Amino acid sequence: MEVFASPRSEESQEEDEQEKQTDRAWENRQSGEAASPSASQELEPEVADSLKEGGQPGEVALPSSSQDLEPKIADSLEEEKNLAPEPQPSDGTLPQSPGSGGRVSGAHLGEPDAAISPPVTEPRSEGPPRLRPSAPDFAPPTRPEQDIHETSEAGEPRASHSEVSYERQSTPHLPGSEEFPSYFFQQLQDLNQNTSPRKEPVDWGIFHQDESKSSSDLNQSELGLNQKGAPEPAAPSKLEIAAQNAKAYLLKRSSKSGLNLYDHLSKILTRILDERPENVVDIIENISQDVKMAHFNKKLDTLQDEHEVPLAYEIAEKQKTLFLQGNLEGDQEQEDEIAESPLPNIMESAFYFEQAGVGLSTDETYRIFLALKQLTDTQPVHTCRFWGKILGREMNYIVAEVEFREGEDEEEIEEEDMSEESEADEDEKDELPKSSYKGTQMIPKEENRTGANKYVYFVCNEPGRPWVRLPSVTPAQIVIARKIKKFFTGRLDAPITSYPPFPGNESNYLRAQIARISAGTHISPLGFYHFGEGEEEEDEDEEAEGGRDNYEKNPDFEGIRVTDLVESLSNWVHHVQYILRQGRCNWFNPIQKNEDEEAEKEEEEEEEEEEDEVEEKREEPANIEKEVGPPLLTPISEDLDIQNIPPWTAQLSSNLIPQYAIAVLRSNLWLGAYAFSDGKKFENIYMGWGHKYSPDNYVPSLPPLVQKEYPSGTEIMEMDDPTVNEEQAFQVAQEKALFESENIEETEEEEEDDEDEDEDD
Amino acid sequence: MDSESLLLSLELASGSGQGLSPDRRASLLTSLLLVKRDYRYDRVLFWGRILGLVADYYIAQGLGPDQLGERKSLYSLNCMEWSLLPPATEEMVTQTSVVKGRFMGDPSHEYEHVEMQRMTEGDRTYEDEVVIQIKEESRLVSVIDQIDKAVAIIPRGAFFKTPFGPVHVNRTFEGLTLADAKKLTSYFHFTEPIELKNKSLLEKADLDPSLDFLDNLEHDIPKGSWSVQMERGNALVVLRSLLWPGLTFFHAPRTKNHGYIYVGTVLSLDVDSVLSLKFLWMILGHCIAASITFKCAIMYQSLCTMSSCFCFFHSVSIPGGLYSSHGIPPVFKSFLA
Repeated sequence: MEVFASPRSEESQEEDEQEKQTDRAWENRQSGEAASPSASQELEPEVADSLKEGGQPGEVALPSSSQDLEPKIADSLEEEKNLAPEPQPSDGTLPQSPGSGGRVSGAHLGEPDAAISPPVTEPRSEGPPRLRPSAPDFAPPTRPEQDIHETSEAGEPRASHSEVSYERQSTPHLPGSEEFPSYFFQQLQDLNQNTSPRKEPVDWGIFHQDESKSSSDLNQSELGLNQKGAPEPAAPSKLEIAAQNAKAYLLKRSSKSGLNLYDHLSKILTRILDERPENVVDIIENISQDVKMAHFNKKLDTLQDEHEVPLAYEIAEKQKTLFLQGNLEGDQEQEDEIAESPLPNIMESAFYFEQAGVGLSTDETYRIFLALKQLTDTQPVHTCRFWGKILGREMNYIVAEVEFREGEDEEEIEEEDMSEESEADEDEKDELPKSSYKGTQMIPKEENRTGANKYVYFVCNEPGRPWVRLPSVTPAQIVIARKIKKFFTGRLDAPITSYPPFPGNESNYLRAQIARISAGTHISPLGFYHFGEGEEEEDEDEEAEGGRDNYEKNPDFEGIRVTDLVESLSNWVHHVQYILRQGRCNWFNPIQKNEDEEAEKEEEEEEEEEEDEVEEKREEPANIEKEVGPPLLTPISEDLDIQNIPPWTAQLSSNLIPQYAIAVLRSNLWLGAYAFSDGKKFENIYMGWGHKYSPDNYVPSLPPLVQKEYPSGTEIMEMDDPTVNEEQAFQVAQEKALFESENIEETEEEEEDDEDEDEDD
Repeated sequence: MDSESLLLSLELASGSGQGLSPDRRASLLTSLLLVKRDYRYDRVLFWGRILGLVADYYIAQGLGPDQLGERKSLYSLNCMEWSLLPPATEEMVTQTSVVKGRFMGDPSHEYEHVEMQRMTEGDRTYEDEVVIQIKEESRLVSVIDQIDKAVAIIPRGAFFKTPFGPVHVNRTFEGLTLADAKKLTSYFHFTEPIELKNKSLLEKADLDPSLDFLDNLEHDIPKGSWSVQMERGNALVVLRSLLWPGLTFFHAPRTKNHGYIYVGTVLSLDVDSVLSLKFLWMILGHCIAASITFKCAIMYQSLCTMSSCFCFFHSVSIPGGLYSSHGIPPVFKSFLA
């Protein structure tokens, strides 16, 4: 409190000067009535005491206490004072305060001096924060005589001196204090009065000091009092003085924390009265601590909180656009759109999933709903589905599964252009000698709208944030994704550090996992889809390529009873193609194009020993060149067990009301994948970390064995150095041979010479 | 999460996609009230759901006057009839730790575990196969205990310790500030502190004995095993454990709403063995790097075999990154990053 006491006290001084005139007029008015408050005051000690004991301070006690303390409150209480008995009991009625007469007279005397005195009081009023606490210490014990003297003559004025300092002191509180209930101060005051008598001896010291500084400022002090608006110049009792001194003591600030007990108590009480907790007495320590902590926390918070808030606003702002987007379009267009909107009713499916105990809160679902609407409005979407939510470490992904309208895949083309450009760049840069090593042949990724790339996926971190299109998946990414296990971060551009190295960043990994999850867990009731009739002619061709990959809604589907759906898993079929070990849904034969690499290819196939999508049966063909997965629309009852764990758990949503329950299927392979069906409708959803279940802990594949650097053989093996004997023997043999050759033919000699010449060249 | 604010808590924790169906919610609201009366608990927590192959276990916990005192766990299959579980003992935990895989959803189901035991008969010793029967109920007890010890958390200040020892709910708790809510230091393990005693005097100096009487999450092993996210535009902070995927903790900053729920299959990362091998792996990584540098094929080969043996025997996950450019396997970093 006192930290800002001094500046305000200056203000208050200025105010003092300004208000002087008005105050004086007021004083004049009051002077007539002066006795009335004083009277009430004098009566008070008894009244107040009795009230104190009763614990219920009455209104009667108000004037005396508040006037000294809080001029403004005193103002507000003026009326009450005025209501106090008009007939003035004279000063003589106050035997216990000898100086009271002096005080009253002082008040009267002081008035004329008012205009002159303020400058004198001002320096003092600046002092209080310093003066007051030190006053008791400085009280000179060596002035007993003077003390008595002063007491008899000017005791009261001095008391009012102390009041002046009080007022100066307490004025700073005023703005805050005004909020306080008046009776609250009453209580405090009473408290002070209660405790005050003991302080009296010490308190006199204050008067000493005041006296020593300005012994004759009787009027000034009175003036100060009056300026403050204390209406009555009545003589306070010893009790009152003591109370004020007690208050002075309470206002003494701590040398460590700079707080003072008075403010602290008032804060505590304010808080208690505001909050009105039960059993206050039990938690008063906590409140006291909280109040103190709040005092210190503020400083820290200002810096720390600053940057947090805009983020919240930013998201709110973004989501606001979601709610406003409906208004942007004309009515006519809107009607057309409603007729053929690709927007799925995810609130409905959310309702069904809620029956199954899965799903987000209604609020979040609706926001996703709006976000999907935004997506379908901005993209040429043919069908759209809420795929699910993948949890990440920093942020989560909301995934939308989208099929574009025919011939509207502009982005994909752009993307391809981009990739070509980047390749071109690489070629330009690539001046370094290239390795002659040819890696295993890349298996080309599947065309859009087929296989694992049948759908396009959009993700966003939060409804309202922009939707980002995921790149289409390549077989290599799926193959590696099966070998690694990583948590998603929530940032699409985050690198994937893993062994074996993953080709791409998190967006590719996410896309690969989505493809795997879709292939493993997207199921529908038997008969909901059937192979289109138009496809039958092509069947034979496609059969050769690994099965039909197109199906359409069966218009004749009549629904399956829910109990049947729960009891027999053969009533459910996969409607997403199985992904082969190769990483494609449709077998791509690398050998056709590259006969030379056949052997290499086979090796690679063998290396892929990583356990595959276990949930689907796999007939290992004798011919390793061709991988065959189960055809589309295979019943899930044929899914493989995971080490004796059934791959699906089927339950009724409710056993309490089975008539209206729905069938709920939970995948045990991809924890978080659910499907429901009420017999006619069905939906799949995934909510989880994007990890496949495995009963054993994840073990990364080991690094490959070291390759041989060179072929070891006699040709490049280092020979032992010949011994001396060997050398000699060799020399002898050589000479012998030379000798013999010389003897054979002379012509050869010539030839040898030629050779020598050549060697020299 | 507190059973009294169940609906709100479920709503706040729904971001992970796991909730309760309406009939389960309704029955919980009814039955937990009765549990509180019948067992005379001061507070009843809805702990979560363990997904079994056939049925799910719903778990509730009852707390006495001392919030950190013994927690009684109850389970139910239909959210209506609750059965009290025995307290977890160390023996039970070690015994059931051999069981892997999923819960069945039948408390009387018995897992069979074959163990080689050394028998002594007179002078000669021989090894014999002993089949140990482990009831699913005791596995349930130990798993709940494990999860509670590892990842049950509360925000700082939600509970306070009285000088006499008991821990009470702090009724003046007004929630963490937004800045604090993002820090792991503001959250405590809601279990008997272990690390606290090992702290140095210097570290303890700033601690408030009535509030900081538990271990905070800052030094949890492995580092990064908590995902802290702000949801709903900073109005909700959600902590998810990566160690026990399925545990979701929520707290709305500046309110007293907080709680955690576990919905999962009790599949966890096997940290102990991973960590014990972390050091070995670092050494192995260095050696392998050295063997590559010096082109010592035999050394490389044997080291690789060694590492594969480690993997095999401990059936442990050593995340990739062994051959990252740094040479040292940044085991957890790369795993979690």
